[in-house]
Amino acid sequence: MSVTRADTSTLGRWWWTVDRPTLIALFLLVGAGFVLMLAASPAVAVRIGAASRNSFIGKQMVFLALGCAVMIGVSLLTPRQVRQMALLGCLAALAMTAATLVIGPEVKGARRWLSLPGFQLQPSEFLKPCLAIVCAWLISLGHRPGSRFPGALAAVLLFGVAALLLKLQPDVGMLMVVAAVLFAQLFVNGLNMFAVVGMAGAGVALFGAAYALLPHVQSRVQRFLDPAAGDTYQVDVALEAFGNGGLFGRGPGEGRIKTVLPDAHADFVFAVAGEEFGFILCMILIAIFGFIVIRGLLRLLGETDRFTLIAATGLLTQFGLQAFVNMASTLHLIPTKGMTLPFVSYGGSSVLAIALGMGFLLALTRRRVGSGGGEA
Amino acid sequence: MTGAPRGAPPPDAEPLRRVPSPERPARPAPGTAVASTADPGLHGVRAARAMTRSRLKFAAIGFSVLFGAVGLKLADATIFDPATPRRVGAALRPVIAAATEPTVSRGAITDRNGEILAVSLPITALYANPRVIENPRSVALRLAAVLPQLDVDLVTARLSTDRQFAYLARALTPREVAAVNGLGIPGLEFQEAERRYYPQGRAAVHALGAVDVDGNGIAGVERFFDERLRLRASDQLRLSLDIRVQLALREAVAKAIADYSGIGGAGVVLDVRTSEVISMVSLPDFDQYDLGSATSDQRFNRVTVGLYEPGSTFKLFTTAMALEAGTTTVMGGYDAASPIRIGRFTISDYRGKGRWLALPEILAYSSNLGAAHMAEAVGTLRHRAFMGAAGLLDRQRIELPETATPLAPSARSWREVNTLTIGFGHGISVTPLHVVNGVAALANGGILRRPTILAHPDGEEREGIRLVSERTSETIRRLMRLVVTDGSGRSAEVPGYFVGGKTGTAQKTGPNGNYLANKRIAAFVGAFPMYAPRYAVYVMVDEPSPNAMSHGFATAGWVAAPAAHTVISRIAPILGLVPEDPANPALIAATRMPLQPRASGAPPVTAPAAEPGTITAAVAAMNAVMPRPAAAPAARPGTAAEAEPARRPSGGAAPARPPSRATTGATPPRPHRGEPVAPVPAHILPPPVPINRASPLRLTSGEPPALHQAVLGPESQRDAR
Repeated sequence: MSVTRADTSTLGRWWWTVDRPTLIALFLLVGAGFVLMLAASPAVAVRIGAASRNSFIGKQMVFLALGCAVMIGVSLLTPRQVRQMALLGCLAALAMTAATLVIGPEVKGARRWLSLPGFQLQPSEFLKPCLAIVCAWLISLGHRPGSRFPGALAAVLLFGVAALLLKLQPDVGMLMVVAAVLFAQLFVNGLNMFAVVGMAGAGVALFGAAYALLPHVQSRVQRFLDPAAGDTYQVDVALEAFGNGGLFGRGPGEGRIKTVLPDAHADFVFAVAGEEFGFILCMILIAIFGFIVIRGLLRLLGETDRFTLIAATGLLTQFGLQAFVNMASTLHLIPTKGMTLPFVSYGGSSVLAIALGMGFLLALTRRRVGSGGGEA
Repeated sequence: MTGAPRGAPPPDAEPLRRVPSPERPARPAPGTAVASTADPGLHGVRAARAMTRSRLKFAAIGFSVLFGAVGLKLADATIFDPATPRRVGAALRPVIAAATEPTVSRGAITDRNGEILAVSLPITALYANPRVIENPRSVALRLAAVLPQLDVDLVTARLSTDRQFAYLARALTPREVAAVNGLGIPGLEFQEAERRYYPQGRAAVHALGAVDVDGNGIAGVERFFDERLRLRASDQLRLSLDIRVQLALREAVAKAIADYSGIGGAGVVLDVRTSEVISMVSLPDFDQYDLGSATSDQRFNRVTVGLYEPGSTFKLFTTAMALEAGTTTVMGGYDAASPIRIGRFTISDYRGKGRWLALPEILAYSSNLGAAHMAEAVGTLRHRAFMGAAGLLDRQRIELPETATPLAPSARSWREVNTLTIGFGHGISVTPLHVVNGVAALANGGILRRPTILAHPDGEEREGIRLVSERTSETIRRLMRLVVTDGSGRSAEVPGYFVGGKTGTAQKTGPNGNYLANKRIAAFVGAFPMYAPRYAVYVMVDEPSPNAMSHGFATAGWVAAPAAHTVISRIAPILGLVPEDPANPALIAATRMPLQPRASGAPPVTAPAAEPGTITAAVAAMNAVMPRPAAAPAARPGTAAEAEPARRPSGGAAPARPPSRATTGATPPRPHRGEPVAPVPAHILPPPVPINRASPLRLTSGEPPALHQAVLGPESQRDAR
């Protein structure tokens, strides 16, 4: 539908209604991701013995371009279309996530991927933004005038299904993010403080259970608390990379630690940024993430539509939390948790899913009239 | 795309949006919500909106805190407390190395003055990934052009393998690294490593030991302190060695070996007040950098592992034992007129005087018979107890992995014949370190200390046990001095340094346990200056051959004593000792001992007898095995303990002492306490006078081959090694 209406006036209106500062910040991130991929991925390609030093770069360029297209395309949608697309996406992602348990190849003790011709897909990445939208919708349904629909409860139930699938994979990191997003949505929606405390307690209990039941979670936490207890090679190397970078960094292509840093192109790309471009560029990256998230949240202060508000809160929380966890674990501020740095880390599923989420966000936060259009 | 709308728009499309919304101004004020259109509970909605807004603010603040924390940690990790980038590759190395001291994983070893003896330095190794190398031969040729030390064929072979790693060179200089880099050959890589260097060469190789190619200590101090050197890499390990003394000693021992065509030799310099090993030499030695081609004889540390019959040097211990046991005094003596026959053995003297000998004469002439009688008088049980107390039956616990347990008869097999022969140093094998450490204890006032190779803090007393009384120690000092002034050790004298000592020649045993003709160990053990000993010296030559220089002798007096002379005359000034006037009457009085004390009146020993109640370790050990006997064991026929004066031959046999010393008996004894730490009188003295080498051949009495028939016991029948 929207494609047929993609005329110049549509794009023009889009340009004048979209949240341009956020859009620019997102493109800066994409640019940073491209530059850092040039820095980090050849080293990794050499290290793991890939056929070509540039194999990661070519793929990631395609993913970033696709991501930009997805982001802009989705941002053209109306809130109603966003909701429909998210609902479909959520069901598809749930189904595919369930499928990983059956047909997914086991990688490092977990089944999180689907092998598609040409590339691997991590459906749970796409589940995150879609679930946030659908939960927001369910919650907002309960607040419609005269409605008796138990929206929050429905959202929690849907979350329960997703959580169960993620637990079975297992993918505790993803589960934590999804849980935190739903919590933030309910929190902003006006959950009473008693329930807030209760859910926080449940979160702690959940983490405790993960710690007790899952050996790899346990070992990571132990290694964080007591670096002498076990192998902290990755974080040690990452911190050496930051130390080598200093204030201004070693300069593009001058990084050395990156050659021995595992996952330099993915989960530890921030350390490569630190080594080659130094403190200043890393601060700029943090500032961009902070700008997008904090500005986005403050902008919602003026939002009147509950669905938009809750959905945007969820998307921003997911985006910000993911960035925080990645950077903080690279800097050894928190236990190591494999999580991608939005748009900067290598990975097709991650880039496309983040682009989808940010597209949703841009679509929902466009200045528009008739905000009730989606309520029909 | 014309841009024109096509057909009827859907109901929710553009037309709706074009209507300006009264509810959505640019910045809608709170309360003007869309929800107000139908919601009756306006206040409730307002309250809910207010809560949502406050919670959004809370979330924003929360994210600010999180990102702020990341920023702070980032600043910490990059600027304030950056981690040391240890894994930086070769390209960054010079930048970092220039600014800081090279950090290595193994600590340096220094001598007592801080001279570096062993140090690890960072080096660069060159390796290749042969799978990447396209043309091994041409690469090898190009490499050899910049690294001439490489063997082209060997490099070609290494590059032609199917492996992914091959070392080409282990230690490149930065210049060589640059040259190899300049070749631009893919597949060649550098690896940072470190290598152990010994700036003093092989001077102290046996004490230092060596490391393997990976830097693990495999011998000597390097092995004994392997963990310490790793764990405290920034701390230098300070040894007691003095490299200047080490070099002088090594040169002197090497010269003695060369002069007499010996197969090896050993030397030790010990601080008698602390038992610190100032120098330790074993020859032949080896090259630490080429350990693989060192023979086992070269690697063998003769000082701590070499077990040799000590020969006549042991007579010092026998004498000290007899004095401690009270079986004789300095006024006593034994009949050495006739050989001892016991079982199949005959003990006799080499160029014996054939008469009764006073105690000083037994030492000066090195009489086997006198020493055997002296030991016999003490008795087998107490003899063994004394040897044990003096540490001569146990492994020396010095800080080296290479030590040896002496070969001595066990308590059960230690019979009278053993006591007789061990009395003059045969039938037992100990290391040179045993001998010199024991003699240091006899000379230093009687305190036995464990030898150490670590530097002891200056001025601190080192703990030890009182082995013999000060009185016994003083007597031994005077006897040692007598051996050098009037006895077999005359070649060791360095005028002004009042050297004292004892020579010892022992025959080596062959594989069948027989003594080998013309295979000897010639040793000299001594100390200086004898009025207040500071250093003990031991020099030994293994299998010296007689030659014209020694007039056909290869005994210690000819071989080891001159070497000791060389050592002492060189190291004494290095060690800060100034020579005294050789004619200083006070010092002569403090060190003299008449050959025949009875003839010259009162004994010269001035130290008081041990106070009642104090008991030396030697006496304690001997009392433990045999309560102090009323008298010496019954003498066998033909051997008299404490012979009567009537049996003495008339005095003509006693050699006249040099006229310069003939009057010293009349000199009042200097009130010398025999305290070894007493400072040298502070005279301004001329530099040391070199010994008169124009007349070196004053010495005529050599060292005796010990036994005519020489099967002593199973322990002594092996080659000591």
